[in-house]
Parts: sequence; structure tokens; C-alpha cells
Amino acid sequence: MIHEYDVVVIGGGIAGLYTALTASENAKVAVISKVHVTRSHSVAAQGGIAASLGNEEEDHWEWHMYDTVKGSDFLADQHAVEVLAQEAPNAIYTLEHMGVPFSRNAQGKIEQRRFGGHTRNFGEAPIKRACYASDRTGRAIMDTLYDRCLQKGVVFHNEVFIQHLLFALNSCCGAAGYDLATTEPQVFHAKAVVLATGGCGKIYKTTSNGFASTGDGFALALDALLSLEDMEFVQFHPTGIYGLGILISEAARAEGGVLRNGLGERFMERYAPTLKDLAPRDIVSRAVLNEIGEGKGVEGKDYVYLDLRELGRERLNQKLPEITSLIKTYLGIDPSETQVPVAPTCHYMMGGIPTDAEGHVLADKSGTVLPGLYAAGECACVSVHGANRLGCNSLIDLVVFGRRTGLSIFNEIKARLVHPLPVQAESLVLDKINSLLESHGTERTAGLREALQCLMTEECSVFRNGKTLEDALGQVHQLKKRLLNVGLTNKSRVFNYELQEALELGNMLRVAEVIVYSALQRQESRGAHFRSDYPQRNDEEWLKHTFVNETPTGLKETYKPVAAGRFAPEKRRY
Amino acid sequence: MKATFKVYRFTPETDREPHYDTYTINAEPNERILDCLNKIRWQQDPTLSFRMSCAHGICGSDGLTINSQSALACQKLVKDYDYTKEILVEPLRYFCVVKDLIVDLKPFFERIKSITPQTPLSQVTVEPEKERIQTPEERSRFDDALKCILCACCYGACPVMTEQDEGFVGPAAVLREQRYIYDSRTTDAKERLEILKKPHGVWACKSYYMCTLVCPKNIKVTEAILRTKNKIITEQPKQDATGES
Ligand SMILES: Cc1cc2nc3c(=O)[nH]c(=O)nc-3n(C[C@H](O)[C@H](O)[C@H](O)COP(=O)(O)OP(=O)(O)OC[C@H]3O[C@@H](n4cnc5c(N)ncnc54)[C@H](O)[C@@H]3O)c2cc1C
Repeated sequence: MIHEYDVVVIGGGIAGLYTALTASENAKVAVISKVHVTRSHSVAAQGGIAASLGNEEEDHWEWHMYDTVKGSDFLADQHAVEVLAQEAPNAIYTLEHMGVPFSRNAQGKIEQRRFGGHTRNFGEAPIKRACYASDRTGRAIMDTLYDRCLQKGVVFHNEVFIQHLLFALNSCCGAAGYDLATTEPQVFHAKAVVLATGGCGKIYKTTSNGFASTGDGFALALDALLSLEDMEFVQFHPTGIYGLGILISEAARAEGGVLRNGLGERFMERYAPTLKDLAPRDIVSRAVLNEIGEGKGVEGKDYVYLDLRELGRERLNQKLPEITSLIKTYLGIDPSETQVPVAPTCHYMMGGIPTDAEGHVLADKSGTVLPGLYAAGECACVSVHGANRLGCNSLIDLVVFGRRTGLSIFNEIKARLVHPLPVQAESLVLDKINSLLESHGTERTAGLREALQCLMTEECSVFRNGKTLEDALGQVHQLKKRLLNVGLTNKSRVFNYELQEALELGNMLRVAEVIVYSALQRQESRGAHFRSDYPQRNDEEWLKHTFVNETPTGLKETYKPVAAGRFAPEKRRY
Repeated sequence: MKATFKVYRFTPETDREPHYDTYTINAEPNERILDCLNKIRWQQDPTLSFRMSCAHGICGSDGLTINSQSALACQKLVKDYDYTKEILVEPLRYFCVVKDLIVDLKPFFERIKSITPQTPLSQVTVEPEKERIQTPEERSRFDDALKCILCACCYGACPVMTEQDEGFVGPAAVLREQRYIYDSRTTDAKERLEILKKPHGVWACKSYYMCTLVCPKNIKVTEAILRTKNKIITEQPKQDATGES
């Protein structure tokens, strides 16, 4: 079936919905999502959204910008960070006027709390910059945006799984995939296509991400012969519930929680004397694993404690109700009485599809715009997060750059021509599905996926080195070969998740390969990328963005200088 | 330890009638029911279909009927049930089954949409200068309604929907209006109350409290519905309050 729209947005998280809402001012817009839109993983965001409103104490966008640049280990492009920090307050007011139910302070203003790496006066002390709706910030924003999109007449294609971007005359003119309920091909013809497909935490064994975070958008970009930028920078959040990886937001430490090792010590004081438990995530995650490596995990095991007992029951219920109930449900303990076992969990991709600050996808490192294609949210790399993202800076990125992407489309759509659809669009989708359904291959998706997840967790997570990365790359190649021989037991065409997961695994493997490859090339340590064989940051050689693309002979890398700005690289001390 | 699951199965392409399959897997008391279903699917039977996304009770994908009661598979652990016996897993009630544990949720999301006034919105491309003021007390009036994750467990549990008034707009829809009706910033609260006064609206609720009982987010759904009824009665002229004139 062929659908005609002005704009199709692939992905219905906050980035996708915000872009859709903005573009729908003057265009016919559809949002496509492989899970029902209201199930997109943005609903899981807990702690907050950063903006220098100054509602609790003096704050300035320049301080926010400095923290973001320093948090990125100076890899972020400073003109983009400037946009983010400068536009953040207005973005929050706009959300508020749309109806987002932010928590309020005694003056009736939007309440703000501390968050990791956000400081007063260029690093002096933690600052209250995170706006929030208790610990359901993502849900609150998503619900509001969803209702607004309904009122604006945005059309939703739920449970449609996109497989291909379509191009004509070097311009993106649509996307094709299939309806999960029927396995019927669905072709979307449009003047503008937006990728807002989120991250890929599912390539790791332990992650805070949902099942849909399989990096499809990254693979769609690779298919279009585009490069992926800075994919070696994978964020591990220090406080996932041990064993499950379910997130306990930094808000827990912002509200007074502290990390303790097996000896009961507040070990973060040693690693970050000023910010302590509210240091940026790369630093806290390494500290946790360091303690564990030195045998100071709890009972010598591979976890530490998050101690929330100081907060008391009332404060926990008031400020962190969702987190408190997660801990009760999954661990059977009351965090006001018992410490919570935590360990790092894969959380966020700093890298992604290269875009400019207007949401245009860039075809190469020199900045050529690919007409008709846009990207926003976690799948995009503007780059505002560089080598390490600060907490609360993703949600504000989604809103600021979602809006800018929507505005670009708003301004450009009238002048854009309708390019014809490639004739084979439907068969592209069907051929792949049919060959999988008919395959007699002996490999099974679940086993291959588990092998990939273990491999990435063991050899390409918080700490890396050349030897393990080489090995990982070889193993990913092996897994890719084995996937060619995958077979399906399930032949149904109605909600065939075995089929979906086989296709997703193909994407996960390609993205994993790019991550490992990018990490192997970068012979330094910066932000979330820590090479134990190159433990120092090396600005002389590596103050540059990695661009990796697929070629017939394998992956190839090129580099692009970082856009400098008002803050010169300095040693990161917290 | 072992746990046994009796699972509702229906494949529209091949089955005339639904049937049940029984699976025994290795499971721990602390494991999520969702983990168990995934073990079944990944280790024994890839033909089984059910929805999932976040796996920790915030996205609302995996509402099912477990041992005859609506629940989220990711929020219930094996130990929440008597695992010395078979655990019965079925699709949400009220809705039509599409395949196995997957139901057609269109009637649910259409109703959520039906309660949204279609008034034109102000342009979102124009940015406001400041936030509107709202006191913490005003904000707290609709806090409970914000917890809703649109999982539809309440529809599957509501005796009105399943037995009396199939067209009832449903607990989740009435609840969702709360977040607007009780929000001091809302300008279209009247319009929203009008929508709820219509036939199959709020008055169809007969306060069985089943929604409250099953709500995975522990929302006091029935209380919220009663509050809305009360608001309609107290704020509007008597004769048309129930929307029946
Ligand atoms: C548990 C958790 C808590 C977090 N808390 C915070 C926080 O407090 N503050 C903060 O700033 N950040 C937070 N983050 C990070 C932030 O929430 C995410 O980075 C952000 O929500 C990603 O949004 P998105 O719109 O880019 O993508 P998502 O919300 O992930 O949405 C992706 C969309 O793409 C669709 N999709 C993907 N592939 C396809 C395909 N092939 N076909 C069709 N559709 C497809 C999906 O269905 C979905 O609709 C948190 C993240 C997690 C996991």
C-alpha cells in the first residue's frame, strides 16, 4: 500500500513527535513507529530536562553551555551547544504552555533540581537546572505531545516497521516497511523524511533501553551510504538496578542519594572532590567499575550500593515515586530502609547520523546536505554531547532540535518538489521478508543476539583496549556471516516477532560493527571512550569527530575537526 | 526451579478456535512474567506473539490477563502467583484477539482520541517568554491522573465494558480528561466535561472498582471518575447534568 504525505517522521518518541507537531503547522504529516507511539522509549525518561531557567538559584545559559562542552570532553561542536543552551529556556516555556505538567516550587514556578555535571559559575558547585515532572518527565512530555499531535491532525502509523529509505535523484522521497499486523508492505511517499528512531542499547546485555532500541535508524543511514559520526561514544549509566539494568535516575543522587562501595565508603569523594556523586556519568561509571575491580564491590561482587536511606520515605514518595516503586517491585526492598544494589548499564548513544543544527542530514564530513532527509533525537549527532552526554541534556536536545528540524521542514517544504517513488519500493520489502520466511537456515536469532550482547558487554563497554576490540571486530564479522544462515520457525504473517527480531538483529550487528571499529581507531581516551592502552586524552591528534561508512571492501573512517568556540579544552576536573 | 505456563494461542491464518499450549521452563521466583514469556518464545516456541517494549512498567505494552486478572507481564513476578500450579496467561479481555496474546487496541486509542476536543491550537512555532504560574497545590490536583500509561488493563477488567455497555468510553479515557479538567492552566475544561456527559460517557460507570483493583500504577481510577461525576453535577444546571435530556 502506498501512502502520500508531505512529511513522514520515522519514530514517535519525543524527537519525532516534536518535529511532527512543528512541521504540521503547514504540512500533512505522518508519524510511523514500530511500537505504538505511546510506547516509544522516551516515556521511560525519569529525572528531568535541563534549562537555565534560574527558578531556584542564579543560572545562565553560558554556564549550561560550559558544563555541556566540558561534559563532552570538548568533543561537542560549540556552535551547536550554544544553540542548545540558549534555546533551552524557551523550549521549556513552550512545553509548559502546551500543557506539560512540570512539578512546581513554592512560587508556582517550574521546580528545578541538581543533576550530574551541571554546575554554577563554570564548575564551582552543583546547580539546580533540571526541570522535571516528578520522576515521570518523559511520560509527562510524551503524553502532552501525543495529545497535541492528535489535535493537529498528525496521522499515526503504529506498528509499522521501516526497512528502507527511498531515494530519487539523490533526494530522499520516502520510506518503506511493513505492517507488523499483516506483514503487508507499506510505502510512504513524501517530500521530507525524518529519522527519529532513538538509540541501540539492546546491542548490550545490560541496558536501560527498551526492546525497540535496536539502532534501525543507524542502519537505514548506512544503507543510504551515509556515515555515522562518533559511534565509539556509548554512555553507560552508573546506576542500573543490578542484574536487570533498569535505570535509577541520577535524580536519586540529586535528591541526596550516595554511592557506597562494599566497605560502606562514599567512594565518589575520591574521584570527584567537588561534585562527588553528581560528577558526569563517564567518570562515575568508571569509578564504580574501579571499586569493583579493586575488590571493593559489595561482598566482593560486581555491584555497589546506592544509598537512598537519608532521603526518608516521604521524600522518596514525593520526589521519586516511580523509582521507589521500581525498587520495591523488582528487588522487594524499601529504599528508605535498605541500600539498592546497582551497576553500570548501557544507556545512550552520543554518536549518530550527522546533522547540522537545523536537522538536515549531512551526506559527508564537509557538510553537504542530503535533500529531503532530516534526523533528530538520540539517533542524530549534531553534535551537542560529544564524547559524553550530561544527564537531562537528551530531553532538551530532543525538544530544541526536534523543533528546529520541524521548522526547517516548515520553511522548506513548499519549495520542495515531489520526486517519483522508485518502482521497486514494495518488492524491496517483500523480497527480504519472503526470503527470511522461506529460509531453511539453521541459525536462530535469539542465540546470535545473545552472543552479540555478551560480546559487546565484555569487549566494548566502559573499558576497552586494542586487543579486545580487534577480537570483537572479528567476532562481529563471524556473527554477521552466521546471520546469513538464519532460519525462522514462525511462518505466520500476523505479528511475527521472530521475523522482526531477525531483521533487527541485522541492524544491531551493523551498528555494533561501526561502534567497535570506531573505538578501535580512536587511540586515546575521551569521555565515555576509555582505552586502557591509551589512557590519556590526546587533543593534538584526536580532537576530531569520527565518520565511518560502509564500503564494498569494509568499513572506512574519515575525520572532521571539532567546531571550536568560546571554551578551550582544559583538563576535566570535578 | 520449574514453572509451568498455560498460554492462550490463536493464529488467524490456521486456527478456527483458540486453544491453550502449556510450557514448562526454568524460572526464578524473582523473574518477571515477561521474562518467562520471552524464554518460551526464544527457547521453545518462536511462534508465540505478545507485545513488549520498556519491560519495566512505564510504556504500557504488555497488559495481559494473568490468572484471570489484568496485569502487566513486566511488572508481575513469578512469585506474585502460586507457581506450584500452572500460571494462566491470556490476552486482555474486552478486546478482539488478533494473534495469541495480542489484542486489537484500536477501540482503546480511538476512545482516547474521542475525548480530545478538536479546538484549533495556538501556533506552536511562536514561543512564549515565561512559564505560567501554578502552585504545588494546584499541580497536585491532577497528579494521580498523570500516572496513567495507557496500558488498557482497566478496560479488560471493567464489568461495564465487558458485560453492559460495550460503547463505554472507559476508565482510562475518563481518567485522562482529569489531567486537563483539574489543571488550573486548562482553557477548555468545560468542553471536556461536555464530552464526558455524552451517552457512554462518565455516567456509564457503575463503580465496580475493578479498574482501581487492577491498575498497574495504583491509580485511584474509580475515585477519579466519581470526582468527575461530582464536578458535572455541582457545576452545571441540574436538568442537563447527566446528559440525558
Ligand atoms: C530509562 C531512561 C531514562 C532516561 N531519563 C532521561 C532523563 O531524565 N533526561 C534526559 O534528558 N534523558 C533521559 N534519557 C534519555 C532519553 O530519554 C532518550 O535519549 C530519548 O528519549 C530518545 O528519544 P528519541 O525520540 O530520540 O527516541 P525514542 O523515544 O527511543 O523513540 C524511537 C522511536 O523510533 C521508532 N522506531 C525505531 N526504529 C524504527 C523502525 N525501523 N521503524 C519504525 N519505527 C521505528 C520507535 O518505535 C520509537 O517510536 C533516559 C533514557 C532512558 C532509557
